[in-house]
Amino acid sequence: MTPRSEFFAGVRAELPLIVGVAPFGFIYGALAAQLGLPASLAQAMSLVIFGGASQFIAAPLIVAGTPALILVLTVFAVNLRHALYSASLAPYLEKLSVGWKMLLAYLLTDEAYAVAIAHLQKQTDGPNRHWFLFGAESTLWIFWQLSTALGIFIGAQTPSEWALDFVLPLTFIGLVIPMLRTRAFIACALAAAVGGVIAFGLPYKLGYIVAAMAAIALGLTLEMRANKT
Amino acid sequence: MESSLELWLTIIACGIATFLIRFSFIAIHGRMTMPAWFTRALTFVPVAVLSAFTLPEILIQNGGVNLSPFNARLLAGIVAGFVAWRTKNVLATIVVGMLILWGLHFFVH
Repeated sequence: MTPRSEFFAGVRAELPLIVGVAPFGFIYGALAAQLGLPASLAQAMSLVIFGGASQFIAAPLIVAGTPALILVLTVFAVNLRHALYSASLAPYLEKLSVGWKMLLAYLLTDEAYAVAIAHLQKQTDGPNRHWFLFGAESTLWIFWQLSTALGIFIGAQTPSEWALDFVLPLTFIGLVIPMLRTRAFIACALAAAVGGVIAFGLPYKLGYIVAAMAAIALGLTLEMRANKT
Repeated sequence: MESSLELWLTIIACGIATFLIRFSFIAIHGRMTMPAWFTRALTFVPVAVLSAFTLPEILIQNGGVNLSPFNARLLAGIVAGFVAWRTKNVLATIVVGMLILWGLHFFVH
């Protein structure tokens, strides 16, 4: 396949997922505007970070005046799962130039990875395969920026009685619950949630980071024990 | 709230951190491998961080834990959790949770 046909195959494969992603971008923009984040900053987060869940969590933390280090650590932790996608895609991209690798890494998200890895695993050879990934990634990028901008514009005009800030915990409930496939994951989530409430009073919003680290250790321990038996 | 220089630098640092995660294995492929426990730990990170952030958002109101059945956010959160479990759909979870919250507010006032 030519670069052009690979690219548009990637665009077409990504389009159905946009139906799910665009409302999410819209809600992020509306929430950020509602929280009082300046429009330029809310949009810059979509451009610079380009990671849905991490932007959702960063917006209220910024408004609460959270120290920079905690904020960067939180965004880092929430986006750490992308390391798995990076590891998974790496063998398919090894022959590319550093410039290509950096571009494809900047644009790498859950939804583009899901579409691209299915295609890459099917089509074992082909010098233009990365154009498929680029097509999927850039489609998602464009719709994320547009939906964010629309959300910021409209969200600034919604009344506060709508309690749009509640979208945040709801989003995370929707993301986390399907991840709970084994007992170790369920225990990890429960420990983190309860720990987050108990440690809430710690300074610098450190509470949930401490709770999360303890819960990760618990999950890992339980999983290793389950694998042994 | 004003968008200070410090805030902009923080956003850029968040962007660089995120980029480095995504670039990590693509960049070092063939030169280095990670221990198995580390990649296992990575899968627990989002579950732990998001859970630890979410429950306080629902339970803590005006500086105290609100476990009463009149906590509309708690009720809406429980129903939303059920929807998330059955549908595995984030948007459905948001829509149902918000409708329950608005419904409860409507009946209270």
